[in-house]
Amino acid sequence: MKKAVKKSSPASQAKRDGETWQLRLYVAGQTPKSLAALANLKRICEKHLAGKYHIEIVDLLKDPTLARGDQILAIPTLVRKLPSPIRKIIGDLSDTERVLVGLDLRPA
Amino acid sequence: MRKIVKSRPRDLSKGIEKAPSGISGLDEITGGGLPRGRPTLVCGSAGCGKTLFAMEFLVRGATDFHEPGVFMAFEENEEDLAKNVRSLGFDLKQLVARKKIALDYVRVERSEISETGEFDLEALFIRLNYAIASVGAKRVVLDTVEALFGGLPNEAILRAELRRLFAWLKEKEVTAVITGERGEGSLTRYGLEEYVADCVILLDHRVNEQISTRRMRVVKYRGSLHGTNEYPFLIGKDGISVLPITELGLDHPASSQRVSTGIERLDSMLAGRGYYRGSSILVSGTAGTGKSSLAAAFVEAACRRGERCLYLAFEESRAQIIRNMRSIGINLDRPARSGLLHFHTVRPSIYGLEMHLVAIHDLVQNLKPRIVVLDPLSNLMAVGDRGEVKSMLTRLIDFFKSRQITTFFTSLTEGGSPVEQSEVGVSSLMDTWLLMRNLEQGGERNRGLSVLKSRGMGHSNQIREFRLSRKGIELLDVYVGGGAVLTGASRVAQEALDRAEAKVRRQQAARLKRAIDRKAQAVESQIAVLRAGLEAELEELKQGLEEEELRSRASGFDRQEMAAARMADRPSREPNNSE
Repeated sequence: MKKAVKKSSPASQAKRDGETWQLRLYVAGQTPKSLAALANLKRICEKHLAGKYHIEIVDLLKDPTLARGDQILAIPTLVRKLPSPIRKIIGDLSDTERVLVGLDLRPA
Repeated sequence: MRKIVKSRPRDLSKGIEKAPSGISGLDEITGGGLPRGRPTLVCGSAGCGKTLFAMEFLVRGATDFHEPGVFMAFEENEEDLAKNVRSLGFDLKQLVARKKIALDYVRVERSEISETGEFDLEALFIRLNYAIASVGAKRVVLDTVEALFGGLPNEAILRAELRRLFAWLKEKEVTAVITGERGEGSLTRYGLEEYVADCVILLDHRVNEQISTRRMRVVKYRGSLHGTNEYPFLIGKDGISVLPITELGLDHPASSQRVSTGIERLDSMLAGRGYYRGSSILVSGTAGTGKSSLAAAFVEAACRRGERCLYLAFEESRAQIIRNMRSIGINLDRPARSGLLHFHTVRPSIYGLEMHLVAIHDLVQNLKPRIVVLDPLSNLMAVGDRGEVKSMLTRLIDFFKSRQITTFFTSLTEGGSPVEQSEVGVSSLMDTWLLMRNLEQGGERNRGLSVLKSRGMGHSNQIREFRLSRKGIELLDVYVGGGAVLTGASRVAQEALDRAEAKVRRQQAARLKRAIDRKAQAVESQIAVLRAGLEAELEELKQGLEEEELRSRASGFDRQEMAAARMADRPSREPNNSE
């Protein structure tokens, strides 16, 4: 599996091979957009990062103070904490191509 | 020291409740402040003071009106913000610690963000809501929400969300200030005025003849009357100060205490006791008529009484003034050394009117002088246009009067123009107006001083000759006589002439008197002679009379004797007793 990912990844990904991807999805309650984003995210991760990703869901309605730390204003926002640098993807992640580019899984 | 302006319910502004901004002067223009519970748009170009405006609104609310606030910054982080407003004396960190103000820096970095579908700004709402709840905010500032346009990719969503945000702010009933960058041809670059329609304030930073001035205008204020002029404003040590003419009003006290002019005879021209304390005095005249000397005399006298003085010089340096005044026997050196007299010398063109105002305000507030000299006012006038200068001056005079500071202005009049036609019509602001003029006559130039007006006292209407010598300032009576006003050498000559004439007249009078005396004496002696003649005549007559009597008595006696001797009988008839 790892090998397959490696092969399909751009060269820049090679060095991050061993790292686990830390992804954080900010939502505000169970809105349709949030639910769609989560579903889309899981689908993309399973396909491209299977076995080496970790998704954390932060519901800002439950803890509004967390929005500040990652400078979140849009909902839903996906933050790639690791590998660095931090990337932010806003929207319901329905545009898979752009998500891949945004996560640096595919060159723009 | 700041005046807390309480919102006054006025008939005109009934129906709309206002939140006092606490920005000095603004609440007067808006009739009480910004619309309470509604958003106000403050727009202007970069560096016009939008952020400071918003911050002061928030800080005053928190400190003066018990209205905590939230500052949501999109451009500067908390650290920078705190640093930037510290210059206005706002201790943001302390206010945050005391939960009076909540700061939230929203950083939007376009390069970090990519868009992948539908989104909304719910997280921003959540942050704002949280911040509002954390301090119980009644005021909110969004500075500058337009940064979102640069940071977020989908403008259509953004616009919809902003519309929702402003509606939400209204729902929360917070008084909000939203800042916006000035756009070309529109108030804001992204047309924020579309969403915020209640109140729009435009800030401007204009450079006119290399001098910049800040101005403010209330473009729109729904449901309320407001001043529509452009008002100059300044950013000083303790915040923004808008300069509406009526800021302090005309309710300052009027002292009946008098202060000496420093020149005895001038005091006597002003009903014997000098200027009123806390009044404004203007001395105008052409170049070299002694305006500064008059100011210096006033200052020296005040310093001698132990009063603190502030000398604002726009033309000469401190050393130059001290030296020049020494030459006419006025010692400003000692009070300047002891700190009783403070010089503030600066070229008027070095900065705009507003900064001059700030500088003067600051100096007055720090030094607390009893007397302020502004020399010359006319130089300051070159900095702005007439209207501006007048409004600034009005404010300045109000400011001085409210503090019972006696103000002495000098003003240079253009040669040739009528002196009574005063500069920018400031004379109406002055209580006492002294006129200095050059009187040219007989190949000389002499200075004349007259009191053109002096409110509230019976003043002299005479022109005096104003003479500067090493002994100081002297006011002399001018020569008035023979229908001419003479000064200087011609006066002296005329006076000498008069004296000579007088002497001649005196001598002549004495001569006449002597002649009269002589005449009287002559008559007197004639009378004596006549009287002596009369007496002699009378004497003679009297003697003749006596002789006659004697003679007649003697003849009677003789007859009787003879009869007796003749033994004659008694004559029977007297008539024929002759025999």
